[in-house]
Amino acid sequence: MSLSVFALTGAALVGLGVYGLLARAHMLRRVIAFNLIGSGLFLFFGAAAARSTDVDPIPQALIITGIVVALSTSALAVGLVVALARSTGKAYLPDDEGGA
Amino acid sequence: MSVALDITLCALILGVGWASVTGQGVFRAVIFFITYGLLLAIAWARLGAYDVALAEAAISAGLTGVLLLAAYGRLRRLNAGAEPPIAVNLPAAVVATGIAAGLVWAWFALPAPTAPDLSEVLPQSGVGNPVTAVLLNFRAWDTLLESIILLAALIGVWMLARDDAWEAPLGLPYHARPGGVLASFGRVLPPIGLIFGVYLVWAGADTTGGAFQGGTVLAAVCLVTMMAGILRAPRVAQPAWRAALVLGPGVFLLSGLAGALFAQGFLGLPPDLAKPAIVTIEAALTVSIAVTLVLLVIGPPDDGGHVA
Repeated sequence: MSLSVFALTGAALVGLGVYGLLARAHMLRRVIAFNLIGSGLFLFFGAAAARSTDVDPIPQALIITGIVVALSTSALAVGLVVALARSTGKAYLPDDEGGA
Repeated sequence: MSVALDITLCALILGVGWASVTGQGVFRAVIFFITYGLLLAIAWARLGAYDVALAEAAISAGLTGVLLLAAYGRLRRLNAGAEPPIAVNLPAAVVATGIAAGLVWAWFALPAPTAPDLSEVLPQSGVGNPVTAVLLNFRAWDTLLESIILLAALIGVWMLARDDAWEAPLGLPYHARPGGVLASFGRVLPPIGLIFGVYLVWAGADTTGGAFQGGTVLAAVCLVTMMAGILRAPRVAQPAWRAALVLGPGVFLLSGLAGALFAQGFLGLPPDLAKPAIVTIEAALTVSIAVTLVLLVIGPPDDGGHVA
């Protein structure tokens, strides 16, 4: 019962993240949305792993790896956002200007 | 009772996540995201994944939060912190709902997995914490590549520096008010954090903890002292910091090669040598993880100069 609650929360977080990634123009928002997708998937995966009768350490290790890789990606993405703002004065992509 | 707790927790997580996507203002979104990470860490503890809970709290909520706050500060200096009023985007909502619905379907359609029985092989791994055994022995490839990804991301971040800022200290200069909260905490927290971080690494061999969680705590200690102005930010060219960056992956690679030459294969650890090998690799990895995370968070060298 509880596991399904966590899994459905994970699924909803992925949806929320996808929406943010598509609908929000500000690039820092998109970095946050990308992190929501990642953590939602981890939660879904973690809940699925907890369904097996014994505690399975392999998904846990994979999720920890994933969290560290997500941070590396976020750091690079944030660096790119700041570089974009430095060269154009805006934290948006040209396509999203005026929109959103 | 516990189901009610879980439902409340999940409702909070979803509410805070919702606020960070749909709420007004980028700064507020960052704050909501930090809260979100902390709530998620509680969720991981509820799932019994304590190693993940520690990593989530330290890395996702803590370091990513500092990273986003620092980025917001820089964007505001560049007058790029504001965003236009946000409107509902219907096509995006349809796509997002579809993906979430697909995951919900998968949850009920997929069979329950069975965990492999590790009780026979765990004693051969050299450590008592099964998560550490997986990270540093059974699936050491993942962890080796992960430590190299950290390095690659850092090189990517450094490549974004301007040419004339290359010799400047990394990150923006911080100013802490003498006698203020940050200046005091910068002196009180580090000793406690140092002990806690080293303890997490050492304890990770047998109970909850490990190189990544401990390294993150040490990175946080380092960041606090830098922000309080006690420790000077390093420069790209300083050889000691560069050596610290490659120490972990280097020791890991060498042990992997030694395994290929003397044991059952690349990254293979003979059972009687596994414990000292894992402790050595973890110690070296912790140093590199801590330094890499600090440098990732404070960003490329920046003299705080002109807007191009």
